[in-house]
Amino acid sequence: MASSSKMKPFSSQDAVVCRGVGKVWAEGTARAHEALRDIDLDIKPGEFVVLLGPSGCGKSTLLYLVAGLERETAGEIWSFHERVEQPSPNRSLIFQETSLFPWLTVWQNVAFGLSIRGTALDERREIAHEALARVGLSEAMHKRPDELSGGMRQRVAVARALAMRPKVLLMDEPFAALDVQTRQKMQDFLLDVWRDSGASVLFVTHHIDEAVALSDRVVVFTSRPGRIKKIVTNDLPRPRDPFAPASEALRRELTSLLRDEVDRAFAEQEGLSTGA
Amino acid sequence: MSTDISISKRSNGRSETEGGRRIGLPVSAKRLLPERVHDMLVQTGWTLLSVGLFAGIWEFCWAVGLADPKLLPPPHIFLGDFAEQAKFFNTATRWSIGVNPADGPSPFEAVLITIGATTMRVLVGLLIASVLAISLGVAIRYYVAVERLTLPTITLLSPVSPIAWLPVAIFLFGIGNAPAIFMVVIALFFHMVLATINQIDGVNRNLINVARTMGATKAQTYWRVIVPAILPGLLVVLRLNLFGAWMVVLVAESTGVGYGLGQVIMLARNTFNPSLVFFTIALIGLLGFFSDWLLRLIQKRVLYWVPQTAGVLRGL
Repeated sequence: MASSSKMKPFSSQDAVVCRGVGKVWAEGTARAHEALRDIDLDIKPGEFVVLLGPSGCGKSTLLYLVAGLERETAGEIWSFHERVEQPSPNRSLIFQETSLFPWLTVWQNVAFGLSIRGTALDERREIAHEALARVGLSEAMHKRPDELSGGMRQRVAVARALAMRPKVLLMDEPFAALDVQTRQKMQDFLLDVWRDSGASVLFVTHHIDEAVALSDRVVVFTSRPGRIKKIVTNDLPRPRDPFAPASEALRRELTSLLRDEVDRAFAEQEGLSTGA
Repeated sequence: MSTDISISKRSNGRSETEGGRRIGLPVSAKRLLPERVHDMLVQTGWTLLSVGLFAGIWEFCWAVGLADPKLLPPPHIFLGDFAEQAKFFNTATRWSIGVNPADGPSPFEAVLITIGATTMRVLVGLLIASVLAISLGVAIRYYVAVERLTLPTITLLSPVSPIAWLPVAIFLFGIGNAPAIFMVVIALFFHMVLATINQIDGVNRNLINVARTMGATKAQTYWRVIVPAILPGLLVVLRLNLFGAWMVVLVAESTGVGYGLGQVIMLARNTFNPSLVFFTIALIGLLGFFSDWLLRLIQKRVLYWVPQTAGVLRGL
């Protein structure tokens, strides 16, 4: 609480506000390790922010904290006037791996959150249909998840998140398991969905190309413990040409920012393996 | 966009099914019968061959004089005279005082009644054990207090052999159906509780987190995510424990339950009748086999979403 008096002021209208956020896993035990330190971040409504960093840098941890699935061990997280203390349908999280319920059909998956809320069956079906139409999968309504390809499953996951009409979409490397061509299509598709929904997006990736293609701003993380190394504004005009010189320049900037961190992470891992 | 994805998926699916049908008749013969009938015939064929091979070796040993028919009578002897075996399956009333020995069920009916009685004990025991064990297993993960109060005792009791419970069963329930069912329940209960907890701990965290971000309460998360997610594993646990139930019920029945397959085995032991032992073993084998088949069928129906991976392994 002492830190809150020294906190940088913030707008309570912002979609996500992090002030001095830190996370130590297994705090107070011998296995304690610090995943995040001193994260200050403001995300405007409707903004697309990409968290970029080497694997294991804590960027996914930050996403879980913002989702409310885990509690920060230092600092505060706010979202639209409210302190984040538990999960909320306002902040939908989309995972890297398939997280569809295999025993439900596609539309039942999309309507899962609504049925938790107690929405009537007809309305549920209607909203699910609408959300699936938005991701171009209205034909797959009655299929089961295991009948879909990886890309289609992730689109269903997006539809499920959209059905809750979230104000913030949190995405944890959602396209990492897809092949390159599918991933590019999914990026275009995500941008369309994002524009329609007006939600803010917080998108975790370790792909520089993905950051360049999607973001309004790129938050570059240091390796363990994760801190913000630099926030790079990406104001390239949309639709973006990945081969334009400006894209190339941004890619180069992000690459050099990341390289030090990857090197550091490697050195650390080598130290660990030789030490053991 | 959607077309290219679905095409790649479809070709994937096809290659998987081809991998799954490696063993069987040559391709030309395949199309003569519907696929399901064909699969079933092939499977039955392999089952018969497997059992036939075993019986064949036994018969061979008998033919060359390795297996003494007085101690290890081969299948054609102990299965050959059904009526001779069936007369030992008395259902108690015929030899009671005041009952005409000619009255009561015929030997064939007596065999059916005996089988029915034992099967009933197995199924009732299995049902009670699974309802109790699954409820307690879920409760242990749901309420920390339940875990702290019950889990140590359950872990402590689970290695105790069912044999040790036999006197307890008789003290508590005397003789009859109750002690036999109690034995089945007690033999399965502790393991099934531990297996249920194990299943709950194995649920994909993403599924639970999805429910939580959608605003599901703890109770909703349990009912709508954890319970359906552990069902496939629990059915496997149930299938494995079904065999355990068949084993235990014989021990329980050998103590005096009126009638049952265990009682027949005891009779065979006391009268030195190896043919009757093997005949009863054959019956138990068949019963266990068919009850497992039934559970597998239920598994396929109820758990339509669980992928069948055996075909993939066969392709290795």
